[in-house]
Amino acid sequence: MSFKIVVLAKQVPDTRNVGKDAMKADGTVNRAALPAIFNPEDLNALELALRIKDKMADCKVVVLTMGPFRAAEIIREAMYRGADGGYLITDRKFAGSDTLATSYAISLAVKKLEPYHLVISGRQAIDGDTAQVGPQTAEKLNIPQITYAEDIIDVSESSITVKRRLERGVEVVKSKLPVAITVHSSAPACRQRVGKLLMKYKHARTVTELQNETKDYTELYSLRPYLQLEEWTVDDLHADVSMLGLSGSPTKVKKIENVVFQAKDSKVLTSSESDIDALMKELLSSHVIG
Amino acid sequence: MNNIFVYCEITEDKTIADVSLELLSKARKLANELKVKLEAIVIGSELKGIEKQLFPYGVDKVHLADDSRLFPYTTLPHATLVINLFRKENPEVALFGATSIGRDLAPRIASAMRCGLTADCTSLEIGDHFENKTQTEYKNLLYQIRPAFGGNIIATIINPETRPQMATVREGVMKKEIYDAAYKGAVEKMDLSVLSDEDFVVQIIERHMEQSKVNIKNAQVIVAGGYGVGSKENFQLLYDLAEVLGAQVGASRAAVDAGYVEHERQIGQTGITVRPKLYIACGISGAVQHRAGMDQSAQIISINTDPNAPINQIADYTIIGSISEVLPRMIKYYKANSK
Repeated sequence: MSFKIVVLAKQVPDTRNVGKDAMKADGTVNRAALPAIFNPEDLNALELALRIKDKMADCKVVVLTMGPFRAAEIIREAMYRGADGGYLITDRKFAGSDTLATSYAISLAVKKLEPYHLVISGRQAIDGDTAQVGPQTAEKLNIPQITYAEDIIDVSESSITVKRRLERGVEVVKSKLPVAITVHSSAPACRQRVGKLLMKYKHARTVTELQNETKDYTELYSLRPYLQLEEWTVDDLHADVSMLGLSGSPTKVKKIENVVFQAKDSKVLTSSESDIDALMKELLSSHVIG
Repeated sequence: MNNIFVYCEITEDKTIADVSLELLSKARKLANELKVKLEAIVIGSELKGIEKQLFPYGVDKVHLADDSRLFPYTTLPHATLVINLFRKENPEVALFGATSIGRDLAPRIASAMRCGLTADCTSLEIGDHFENKTQTEYKNLLYQIRPAFGGNIIATIINPETRPQMATVREGVMKKEIYDAAYKGAVEKMDLSVLSDEDFVVQIIERHMEQSKVNIKNAQVIVAGGYGVGSKENFQLLYDLAEVLGAQVGASRAAVDAGYVEHERQIGQTGITVRPKLYIACGISGAVQHRAGMDQSAQIISINTDPNAPINQIADYTIIGSISEVLPRMIKYYKANSK
């Protein structure tokens, strides 16, 4: 039986550098203008998974993502870097899911992939920064969790030893398998795309994507069935719809306020020596410094 | 209405962590507003007398689990104990520090309780809610307020139906305040019989904890740098200024992500919250997430080449210029004129 690693990954809007083109006239963010990217720490998770695959004779790395149809992009991206395949969980009924409903859906999908040895994901996604889906998925799978992984020290068919990065130190822990691991940004960066894999997988599509292609892929797919990416809906997961979407989400957003900077009466100075000296003199005389 | 619970963390020297005392201080006020009691959860080993550290913060009851297997922290036994306690007590509100431990533990518990959890709250308030869809009125909910979407919006989250209403809060966000030095509560031992061998399948093999070299939280003056500082080398200018002023060096997330400075110095929603007398922001644009961690500084100086940097709007003084010009001039004046 091959050693199976399930990488949980998310396509996220790049909230890190919201540039001027992503701002609307009223000062709010135009989310549609933000590029959709592979969540950064999920790339660290993919790298740790691929390092295990490098060392093991028989190891499969599959990517599981939940999102709209376009999220299949990150499955291909992962395959270009060394993943063996991927699954997209997509259904309108998932819309509005908070972390609890999301982890429920993901845990059902992971169960469909049994037997697995590892579930590995980034610590948190940059569009929410909650770091909750990893531990919540682990709880729903009833497996232990190792958060903030920085490196895999050792792995066998039955156990794994992991270095964790904590706020005030490091810890090395050993767990039996299966286990869920979340990966910290201090873990090694993900390897780049491999040209050969790019050629091999560039035509990989989900069912929905194939329907929108003008080209006929029937022959190609009968020759290379591995190009078919699976798409799972609520029905495929046999999910209880009351535990999904808005109805399955205990947290509700009561109010959203766009952040508007309240301007203070700010004194504007130049960098000239006289301006700086005057400021420093004021700070010293009012005992703010010194 | 049921009570408010705070999960308290234990430091290496067997004291209650600051973040937990800060949470207790806030929770006491919430408990008074809701007219309920405040209960603390302490799980660890060699904890004799630990309750004495808690009562002055207005704790009515301490739930204590003292066992050699429970320190250092591992997820499963702590989760099992807290879940068992919550099922029995059904708390109204449960608060955790947004720390390595709290962010590991709280989601696991929330999943088992099937209740809502909001991470990294910057404010907690009590308020009502009317649900139009079901025409239901909810009284005295916990408003869990946090920046979202990269700090571009502030969201108020509520959990109308599920209990406990769970939230995590970063260190330094709430203020640590003694409630009543003579306050007396009770101690109740937690039921350890719920623990099984399965709870101990993750073993700690090695552990290196460092006392933080950085003490930004209590600094009177902070010199903080952002992405605009430009490089790790340029950060030296900030250290130079900090040294002459007796200040600490902080940073924005962008500067930390760029590798200019270590993570311990990060100020903001996902870092430390600070309230110094003076905050000198160098090349920091001022995303809300950063602002959330420093906007209560008594005075703010922004040094930025961009006159339109958002942080300038909350600054008392804005110096339009590069740090390589400005900081050496500040150092020079200070050295010449301070006693």
